[in-house]
Amino acid sequence: MQDTVVIKPYLRLSGLEPLVIRPETNFVNVGERTNVTGSKKFARLIKENKYEEALSVARQQVENGAQILDVNMDDALLDGVQAMTTFLNLLQSEPDIAKIPIMVDSSKFEIIEAGLKCVQGKCIVNSISMKEGEEKFIQQAIICQSYGASVIVMAFDEKGQADTEQRKVEICHRAYKILTEKVGFDPQDIIFDPNIFAIATGLEEHNNYGVDFIEATKKIKQLMPLTKVSGGVSNLSFSFRGNEPVREAMHSVFLYYAIKAGMDMGIVNAGQLVVYDEIEPQLRQLCEDVILNRNNTNNEATEKLIAFAETVKAKGKEEKKDDAWRNTSVEERLKHALVNGITDYIEADTEEARLKYPKPLEVIEGPLMDGMGVVGDLFGAGKMFLPQVVKSARVMKKSVAWLTPFIEEEKKKNPVAENGNAPKILLATVKGDVHDIGKNIVGVVLGCNGYDIIDLGVMVPTDKILETAEKENADIIGLSGLITPSLDEMVHVAHEMKRRDMKQPLLIGGATTSRMHTAVKIAPQYDNGVVHVLDASRSVTVAGSLLSNEQKKDFLTSIKTEYKKLADDFANKKPVKQYISFADAQDNKAKIDWDNYTVPVPSFTGTKVFNDYDLKEIRKYIDWKPFFISWELHGNFPDILTDKTVGTEAAKLYNDANDLLDKIVNEKWLTAQGVIGFWQANTIAPDTIEVKYEKANIKLESLRQQIKKAAGHPNLALSDFIMPKEKGKKDFIGSFSVTIKGIEPHIKKFAEALDDYNKIMLQALADRLAEAFAECLHERTRKEFWGYGKDESLTNEELIKEQYTGIRPAPGYPACPDHTEKYKLFELLGGEEATGIHLTESLAMYPAASVCGWYFSHPQSQYFGVGKIQKDQLDDYAQRKGMSIEEAERWLRPILE
Amino acid sequence: MPNIRDLLKQRILIIDGAMGTMIQRHKPTEAIYRGERFKDWKIDVKNNSDILNLTQPAIIEGIHREYLEAGADIIETNTFAATSIPQADFELQPYVYEINVEGAKIARKAADEYTKKDPSKPRFVAGAIGPLNKTLSLSPDVNNPGYRAVTFDEVVDAYYEQVKGLVDGGVDLLLIETIFDTLNAKAAIFAIKKYFRDIKKEPLPVMISGTITDASGRTLSGQTLEAFYTSVAHAKPLSVGLNCALGAKEMRPYIEELSQISSCYVSAYPNAGLPNAMGEYDERPEDTGHYLEDWAKEGFVNIVGGCCGTTPDHIRHIAEHVKNIKPRPLPVIEKELANR
Repeated sequence: MQDTVVIKPYLRLSGLEPLVIRPETNFVNVGERTNVTGSKKFARLIKENKYEEALSVARQQVENGAQILDVNMDDALLDGVQAMTTFLNLLQSEPDIAKIPIMVDSSKFEIIEAGLKCVQGKCIVNSISMKEGEEKFIQQAIICQSYGASVIVMAFDEKGQADTEQRKVEICHRAYKILTEKVGFDPQDIIFDPNIFAIATGLEEHNNYGVDFIEATKKIKQLMPLTKVSGGVSNLSFSFRGNEPVREAMHSVFLYYAIKAGMDMGIVNAGQLVVYDEIEPQLRQLCEDVILNRNNTNNEATEKLIAFAETVKAKGKEEKKDDAWRNTSVEERLKHALVNGITDYIEADTEEARLKYPKPLEVIEGPLMDGMGVVGDLFGAGKMFLPQVVKSARVMKKSVAWLTPFIEEEKKKNPVAENGNAPKILLATVKGDVHDIGKNIVGVVLGCNGYDIIDLGVMVPTDKILETAEKENADIIGLSGLITPSLDEMVHVAHEMKRRDMKQPLLIGGATTSRMHTAVKIAPQYDNGVVHVLDASRSVTVAGSLLSNEQKKDFLTSIKTEYKKLADDFANKKPVKQYISFADAQDNKAKIDWDNYTVPVPSFTGTKVFNDYDLKEIRKYIDWKPFFISWELHGNFPDILTDKTVGTEAAKLYNDANDLLDKIVNEKWLTAQGVIGFWQANTIAPDTIEVKYEKANIKLESLRQQIKKAAGHPNLALSDFIMPKEKGKKDFIGSFSVTIKGIEPHIKKFAEALDDYNKIMLQALADRLAEAFAECLHERTRKEFWGYGKDESLTNEELIKEQYTGIRPAPGYPACPDHTEKYKLFELLGGEEATGIHLTESLAMYPAASVCGWYFSHPQSQYFGVGKIQKDQLDDYAQRKGMSIEEAERWLRPILE
Repeated sequence: MPNIRDLLKQRILIIDGAMGTMIQRHKPTEAIYRGERFKDWKIDVKNNSDILNLTQPAIIEGIHREYLEAGADIIETNTFAATSIPQADFELQPYVYEINVEGAKIARKAADEYTKKDPSKPRFVAGAIGPLNKTLSLSPDVNNPGYRAVTFDEVVDAYYEQVKGLVDGGVDLLLIETIFDTLNAKAAIFAIKKYFRDIKKEPLPVMISGTITDASGRTLSGQTLEAFYTSVAHAKPLSVGLNCALGAKEMRPYIEELSQISSCYVSAYPNAGLPNAMGEYDERPEDTGHYLEDWAKEGFVNIVGGCCGTTPDHIRHIAEHVKNIKPRPLPVIEKELANR
């Protein structure tokens, strides 16, 4: 029986596919080009009756990232009802456009209604208002509701369009009351358009329009938190018609502030938004002054922006290589290339072998498999290490790719010919999780051992995994995941496999998974074999045993016995740990002498954004040990480089990593984006920290250790490290997020070049850079931004050993295991826009190379693990979070008994 | 007498099975369809099941009784195609209102009789509102994708007339079913809202049941299940669910998904498997029962029954299998965003 379902009050729209606007959705782009008043091209096509061609405008908007399509046919020379009907009917036959929701846009209600009659999905009406009085407004709202549409309400009443902050808020609030109380609208189906007007027109009374919109948005979201705020952004820059660079910059700067204030969606040219950080700094400064109405006495800022001209830039670079061995037989050369991971001559050598052997397939079955056999043996004997194996795989893949067209050709000539029957292994990172370095490594290693790998990538739903496994007749299914919610997802997959009566064994891997969790939670769900695989090198023996008819039965029996024992031990062991009541745990919190404590005051409150932080600087902070662990080379850095067994390979790997790092840094492959922030904060209850935030105070909820401690040892919670409000003094908390962006094109490039070695290397380095960046900002925070550790001087090694004052714990990790606190952290830091990080439904961060956390400065603050908590704390926590018990259980499952 | 909302909290309710399959058992001829009243009708009316409400009410009533006897809590009126648009094929548009009134009355009579026999198990009549033979989102002309064979207003008018007939005939619920084009269903919802606004009465509870056509997981008009649900949620339905096109085995993942996203009750009445090579449905009643029991145990459903190919025997087995299983509880509908 599944848990009770919880339905959240989100704005839900649909085309052929759903669009749910969640708090973490950030900004929704509404495509504006399918509007006869805004796009000359679109207007011309419609007037000339070229509807098919007009569709291409819509398609281009979708391709450029529009999530909703605004359609407007308001033109005096058009029959709007007919044009809207014709266009929308035609659009419904294009699934790649019709997949997104439609915003039916007109100032004439009859055109809106005509549009609603053509669209099966849930639309947005743009717009209705009270300009002709309440009665008409209600009547139109009821009609919209009968079509199931959400509405945009324009801040417009009988007196006219609202221009000041106060009028905007008043009108929106009045409309809200009417819609929710008299018409029965759900608040989440109401979207306000508080009017974006043109600024920098030369008229002083227009100068504050940007500020009015931004401030009104803040108030509206405070007053009516479920509603949304939208606006037509291009109005803003109307006075700069014809000067696209300036207009785009103005739009980006405006959105940057409006989104911070709570704007949820906007009508924009989806292809043409420049990134805020990439705006030329001088232009950005000028735009900010104009939009925020700063330094604008006598239109000074306006004049400066008008006077602004344009700028240009360029870039470019390349490099090359050398060799030595070449005089053996082609078989030997192929083997050498495989064992040593050299791709330079592989295509020529493969071609030579192809001409030598009667059939292309024999090249694979002969010299290539022989070479890989050597690699497998060396790896098995511990004489080759993972990085080398991955390089070998790269050579193999390239060679096979060269042969593939010839094999295909052969097949055509001789259709009954051999079909590869290598065992198939399907790999996937489960739904909600974005991490895949480990999975990629496992794929490569298994691939080297002659298995056919089907890699479904990341965030794969259960049904897709199992359907593909069935369709492709996979012999083994392997699941990977890094964050804790992925564990539940894996349990679900196993459950579904049993229900579907599947036969394949299931492999479980990834950093949060464990033999214990697999034994206790996953294995009981599925009877045909569940095996936890510790690392990539074990995957080979496990797969081998599972696919061997002789060994499979014994292997699975022994695993089952082992897991059964683990599960039994686990069940029996439970009472061994003693817990105290939550109330007692709260009484035993950390003892801190607040009365004699001087609070260090940060140099600023609010946030500070670091865009494009210098990677050269970040690089100095890299902790190399985890990097080697990800390659399954264990040992301390730098000792590992001279280790007797793995030293040579570790040193090579280290050199390759640094070469790639040089490229990353010099050619700017990746960019580092970080945000830090500090806010006044005090605890208002033993486990609740109240943070003073511009929009509304935010309460952070801590979890507290509940295990029985030795006398004199406290039951810690993070809230212990912040001063209680009743002490009457201000304390502070900080937070940060860092992310390494821009990896995708390079990953794609490596994948296309069949270069798993560099692909995995790049992913691993991006992860390290993110961690290093976090370390770097934390140091600067201690020394500079918060400044409580000005005199600190620690080596990188000491930093890694956490010998500094203060801590930076991350939600989802031992000191604060609840991932959902990330929502608050990201809200404080300015959301996806400022942080560059997207949260998945399981609260994984994308890009995967991201780190976030809280800053605590108190000298007694320390890292700790909450450990398991009891029902009394769970109930209290759920209540504090405003969650149902079920939901709290779901998120806290790893720390529940 | 407990109302349907109270009952849905307590147990899984059973909706009846196929009407067409049961009518075919009588092997009705053209003459039987025509009956006395339409014996001189200008064109053939064979296979117009809905006309039987006027010409052979006893056959229809008999089928209702069989399903009630099998344990159905909800029976559907024989009005699937009783709207002016499909009836135009038989030129019977002037009789549409009457077909609906009579269809409702026949079912009402049978249901009331069974309620009287055992008041602890009240029976309900759902007015069946089918999908039409013309569709609002798809063009019948491949060369002209923007063309539509019918307009939204025409569809609303057709449904409005049907709703009026069903309500006047005394149904308890309105069931918009076998939805393969969501826009048609939206027109039906529009008509229902308009009708009850016009007569100034509290609307009857509405049940909505869509059709996922194949393994693509989409409706015929191309929507994913969640998109479909989002598009009809404004009906504030009593239940939303799926029927037809798929057997229970194929329907399961969609019912699971729906049970996760639906804020109202969930219904499911699949076909008796997929048609065999002869185009017949041959899933055995105990198998259907078994599949639906699994859904019930997983907590996916509140209302279950059968569609094409199912018989009173199927319904009996289904009812037996889900008898003691707790229904899916209504979701918790949050009214504010979590403490952030």
